[in-house]
Amino acid sequence: MTDRSGASRRDFLRAGLAGSAAALASGTLARAAGPDPAITELQPWMTELGEGVDARPYGKPSQFEAHVVRRNVAWLTADPISSVNFTPLHELDGILTPNGLCFERHHAGIAEIDPAKHRLMINGLVDTPLVFTMADLMRFPRENRVYFLECAANSGMEWRGAQLNGCQYTHGMIHNVMYTGVRLKHLLDEAGVRTNGKWILPEGGDASGMTRSIPIEKAMDDCLVAFKMNGEALRPEQGYPLRLVVPGWEGNMWVKWLRRIEVGDEPWHHREETSKYTDLLEGGKARRFTWVMDAKSVITNPSPQAPITHGRGRTVLTGVAWSGRGTIPRVDVTIDGGKNWYQARMDGPSLDKSMHRFYFEFDWDGSPLLLQSRAHDSTGYVQPTKDELRAFRGVESIYHNNGIQTWYVNEKGEAENVEIS
Amino acid sequence: MSRFLEATLALSLVATPAAADRLGLGRPALTEEIAAWDIDVRPDGQGLPEGRGDVMTGEGLYIDNCAVCHGDFGEAVGRWPVLAGGQGTLNHEDPNKTIGSYWPYLSTVYDYVHRAMPFGNAQSLSDDDVYAITAYLLYLNDLVEDDFELSRENFAEVRLPNEENFFMDDRDEVELPAFTREPCMENCKETVEITARAAVIDVTPEDTAARERRAAAPTAEPAAEVAAATPEPAVPAVSPEQVAAGEKAFRACQACHKVGEGAKNGTGPALNGVVGHAAGKAEGFKYSKAMAEKVETGLVWTPEALDAFLADPRGFMKGTRMAYGGMKDADQRAAVIAYLSTFAED
Repeated sequence: MTDRSGASRRDFLRAGLAGSAAALASGTLARAAGPDPAITELQPWMTELGEGVDARPYGKPSQFEAHVVRRNVAWLTADPISSVNFTPLHELDGILTPNGLCFERHHAGIAEIDPAKHRLMINGLVDTPLVFTMADLMRFPRENRVYFLECAANSGMEWRGAQLNGCQYTHGMIHNVMYTGVRLKHLLDEAGVRTNGKWILPEGGDASGMTRSIPIEKAMDDCLVAFKMNGEALRPEQGYPLRLVVPGWEGNMWVKWLRRIEVGDEPWHHREETSKYTDLLEGGKARRFTWVMDAKSVITNPSPQAPITHGRGRTVLTGVAWSGRGTIPRVDVTIDGGKNWYQARMDGPSLDKSMHRFYFEFDWDGSPLLLQSRAHDSTGYVQPTKDELRAFRGVESIYHNNGIQTWYVNEKGEAENVEIS
Repeated sequence: MSRFLEATLALSLVATPAAADRLGLGRPALTEEIAAWDIDVRPDGQGLPEGRGDVMTGEGLYIDNCAVCHGDFGEAVGRWPVLAGGQGTLNHEDPNKTIGSYWPYLSTVYDYVHRAMPFGNAQSLSDDDVYAITAYLLYLNDLVEDDFELSRENFAEVRLPNEENFFMDDRDEVELPAFTREPCMENCKETVEITARAAVIDVTPEDTAARERRAAAPTAEPAAEVAAATPEPAVPAVSPEQVAAGEKAFRACQACHKVGEGAKNGTGPALNGVVGHAAGKAEGFKYSKAMAEKVETGLVWTPEALDAFLADPRGFMKGTRMAYGGMKDADQRAAVIAYLSTFAED
């Protein structure tokens, strides 16, 4: 990135909304070499009849979108049963993640549960241990909330330095959907939590029997027991027929295939909150119960899997930002590696503990770029650099890497995951 | 109209009860039901069942049920979790986080093995089995002698060495003050240098289209080790080398499958006389419904069919109980099949 481009951006800002004028001024419009066959030739779909309404009872994306899929990094885990794949963030826009593209993390594969045989039990320090069927749960008042779910290990491969080339892999352990469910508080009230009930232990019905300890304050505050995502039933890989929603907290706690909630007076210190999901710091001590997801952002386009292919001129940069502590009122963007920053344009709903969308439109002069985004959340927290994080944590903590991501874009528009001084 | 309003009001009152009010939904859980599901264990020993198990018993159980993934000494096979060793490495580069070096509480071991292990056959171990395996894992970590017996009574006395090195999340106090600030927006630095590049490491999986483009390019470099190995057709001829390689590769199967003289059914069926014969013939083995259906259609375990099954068990036979993700390497599969073909029917 050169000063020249920085100046042109500032000029553009001064010019305000004269974007199209700037584009015209930067060069003449390309002329067609000849008539475009896409216009002059009859295409099959212009003459032939398509499939009728019964051909696709459950609609799927166009055949031309077949490359838009979750992807796995095979070397990360021992096998694909207890493993993770990644949301293709670079192919998405807006704030909602389509159900079929929400990243998956399983510890014993996808449990295929017959909802007629699914039960939710509440036991432990309650007045009346209870069992609910799915039909029982439908009789509680329902709520609709949009929340991001981010795996605590998202970007975990990047602690030692730039490693994976693509925001799908560096940041794709996240999705953002609208849940329909009932407040966990209603269910706990129904059982009657005793005064010494200070923690809950949600448990999954899959073969890993996933468990996590959650303080009763969070359980009574905004946790949901959800059965719908984006309006339809949870997908099997997202916990059908029932999952816990723990807004703003690490994804591992959002127990899928939820079958039981125990109330206790102390945490259980189970495998996923001791051996895993604890953050080893330099010197050998480890943080436990690091539940909240810190504010974070990433530029999804351009990025290594989504290079600039149109050459110089008008360019739309976009990305997503989120915080486990609230909303994202502001995202800053730099195209020169942090010499100068500009406030991005936020667009779309700004919801508590939900993903936010930002855009930054500029005229690319064809010189190399160093792109970064920096999220500010509603508490005033500003996303740190990776080196600032390392100063507190070292490089061995695996989890909660919310450092600023850098993409290097070369003259051809190709992007690469890098770190900079 | 007013009656309608009254009714609506009454409904909304019911719908938003005070905290103490209950909707009367669900039903009381029975004691037997709670006992069936509530198997969780805490560091203070709450939840531990009656029982006991010693190191020597644990060793046998561990070899049969755990070593296939975790290695004979807890050193792990491939990327499965390492269970033993690593003491003194937490403040080093590449810390080795094991039960002995990292885990704070022994109850976590009991709880997890009891609820989720062995992988693919969860909750198949008896309470005593889990005590014995837990005792053996302590032994593998040099925390007890080989004559040690673990029981509900002495469980809480065992402390793991790293317990004191965990502390409650302190980001709010330590990090938030530093990261809550108005950052620089203009002329923030003089120069910028690239200090690290992902392309140099080259461990990113590529999609097929990208790989084909790269292969087509005249200057294409060989893909890194993460690129999928090109599958080669299995060689039908059986060579001694291949059989030897197959015997080695068969270790991945041994926890569940026995083969050779006197081999009996275990978690999976015994595998004598499988290659080239009709599927589902292991006497006395209770096959999955999926397998029974395949048997009805006349499935024969030709080398080709076995190869497809071993490559992707669930893809080949949706609903199979074989808890194995698949053998990715075509040569390895061919070797295992060659090895199995040397065992005739009993």
